[in-house]
Amino acid sequence: MAVSVDEAVSTGPARDRTPPARRFGGRGRSVLEVALLTALAVVMLFPVLWMIETSIKENRDVYAVPAEFFGFTVTMDHFKDVFVAPDGGRSDLSVAFLNSAVVAGVSTLLATVLGVPAAWAYSRFAVRAKKDQLFFILSTRFMPPVVVVIPIFLMYRQLGLIDSKLGLILIYTAFNVPFTIWMMKGFVDEVPAEYEDAAMLDGYTRLQAFWRYTLPLLVPGIAATAVFALIFSWNEFVFAIFLTSSDDVRTAPPAIAGLIGGTTTDWGLVAAASVVFALPVLVFAYLVRKHLIAGVTLGAVRR
Amino acid sequence: MADIEVKALHKRYPDGTVAVDHVDLSIGDGELFVMLGPSGCGKTTTLRAIAGLERQTTGDIRIGDTLVNDLPPAERDIAMVFQFYALYPHLKTRDNLAFPLRAEGLPKAEVRERVAEAARLMRLGPLLDRRPRQLSGGEQQRVALARALVRRPRAFLMDEPLTNLDAELRADMRTEIKHLQGELGATMVYVTHDQVEAMSLGHRIAILNKGRVEQIGTPLEVYDRPASLFCAAFIGSPPMNLIEVEVADGKLRGQGGLVLTPPPGLPRDRHLVAGVRPEALEVTEPGAEDSVPARVVSVEWLGDEIIYVVDHGGQRDVRVRMPPTVRFAADARVGLRHTGGTPVVYDVSTEELVA
Ligand SMILES: Nc1ncnc2c1ncn2[C@@H]1O[C@H](COP(=O)(O)OP(=O)(O)OP(=O)(O)O)[C@@H](O)[C@H]1O
Ligand SMILES: [Mg+2]
Repeated sequence: MAVSVDEAVSTGPARDRTPPARRFGGRGRSVLEVALLTALAVVMLFPVLWMIETSIKENRDVYAVPAEFFGFTVTMDHFKDVFVAPDGGRSDLSVAFLNSAVVAGVSTLLATVLGVPAAWAYSRFAVRAKKDQLFFILSTRFMPPVVVVIPIFLMYRQLGLIDSKLGLILIYTAFNVPFTIWMMKGFVDEVPAEYEDAAMLDGYTRLQAFWRYTLPLLVPGIAATAVFALIFSWNEFVFAIFLTSSDDVRTAPPAIAGLIGGTTTDWGLVAAASVVFALPVLVFAYLVRKHLIAGVTLGAVRR
Repeated sequence: MADIEVKALHKRYPDGTVAVDHVDLSIGDGELFVMLGPSGCGKTTTLRAIAGLERQTTGDIRIGDTLVNDLPPAERDIAMVFQFYALYPHLKTRDNLAFPLRAEGLPKAEVRERVAEAARLMRLGPLLDRRPRQLSGGEQQRVALARALVRRPRAFLMDEPLTNLDAELRADMRTEIKHLQGELGATMVYVTHDQVEAMSLGHRIAILNKGRVEQIGTPLEVYDRPASLFCAAFIGSPPMNLIEVEVADGKLRGQGGLVLTPPPGLPRDRHLVAGVRPEALEVTEPGAEDSVPARVVSVEWLGDEIIYVVDHGGQRDVRVRMPPTVRFAADARVGLRHTGGTPVVYDVSTEELVA
């Protein structure tokens, strides 16, 4: 007897309705899951734990063989060394952290100030060859920084921007603007243009309409975007190491890398500096989470 | 309030789309003027051009005595209500209403007074301290209307303001808008693709199709004498029956034997179509006087009326509107009789009304 295609297909799922994951039986699956997740967590978290441990161990415990997981003497000396120089003044590392804060902060601010209006324009206006322009803007993010670092080095040398915070700020801004435009365009698209239309009919100019109506609605999106830009600038290593050399300009990533090497390496100091360096990123990441939720609910504006 | 004059409006978007081909409108002071047409015919674009939100490619727009072609929306002194209400989400109703007035820099006392007046007109009293998300769709639309009112603009533009509401609320709001418009003597341009809304609201209706005006007239004119085949097929639910006819012996004769009285002044030697409203036809017992034999194809029971789809041997089945007391079963043999006066007649090649 001929079985129609429909029948043949429909009997398939009917025979076996249990979702694949359940088929092993609840208990066996959860044991396997927990084991895998634990292994993964250990692999991922061990370096972090080790870094934190090292940062609070005395140097002789750092080199102890076999390594001690517990029962070493806890010390905060390394953290003190991160901020205070042996002669009691400010340490080079603390200057580097300050530089990082300035460079990341200012470049993020610039990228936001430039990128948000640009995103608004791309979202609202009929721009000639809009798609091509946007693709071009995005394409500047395709290549790895190493590719352009030599030409930029040469240009910076001509312009006298080598080994200056301004130089880093400019290059980080240049890298963050495309990202800001793309991310913010998504947020602006979500805000109905009618708000601005209504404001313009109410007597405001286009810019006032943007400023008073649209911008406040974009705040969560701006926050999320800025935090991403901030993290990028904060973590950036390649340009920082190529374009800066002196201690009073250097940002934290090359400064920390600079601690390694030489005759002896103070691993306790490296670890402590790394912990201090990682903290802001963790905080920002937490903020991103919060603001990304806000950014997503922005799309819930009733149409 | 002011009148609005639109002359030879043409709008081509940068991507090459011609949204408005050629539109002439002349809207009287205090008139409720409805623009009706299918989706994509250029209603919104025309309205936005009047508002100044879109710059026309060519053509002139005059509001009152002012040529507004080069004026930004802010200086045209008109209010617009959008399909999406565009209420500011983090402002309370009160502040949403006050926003346009603050833009004008009016003194506080006057702002308060005008907000109170608009709130009274639109019965918003209990809603003044709520934010838009705490309002139902209908309430949001009332606030949007009130927001348009407070400024006492020279004209109101409405772009499908009721589309997002459910049927019952829509009917209520329709009455409300009509009442308000009359009371204020406001010039209002109202865009819709709902013909019931157009018929019940408009003093006059403009029917747009593909960026052109097909007809402008009162609801009655538009219903009784659609100016083109497009209008004939667009207005009415169900729309007119379009029956191909020939002139012979001083009568209009359709295939299947239907005979209609010709209107005076019919041109000769042209391919003609007669437009017959479903209520101008009648389903009778077979063999009734003046009827042609026909067969019921299907029956739509609408409660207060019955729509019969009838095959009388013509090129197309015709639709007949009958009171619910006259009942025939599907497939029944019946008679079909024309009871209305002279039908409207169109030329097939020009698609326009000839008599
Ligand atoms: N910004 C734009 N750029 C390009 N084409 C557009 C733009 N806005 C509208 N159009 C096109 O112009 C035509 C008319 O659009 P319009 O919005 O005026 O129609 P409408 O009559 O209001 O339709 P609806 O009843 O669906 O609202 C459509 O074909 C539309 O695709
Ligand atoms: Mg529209």
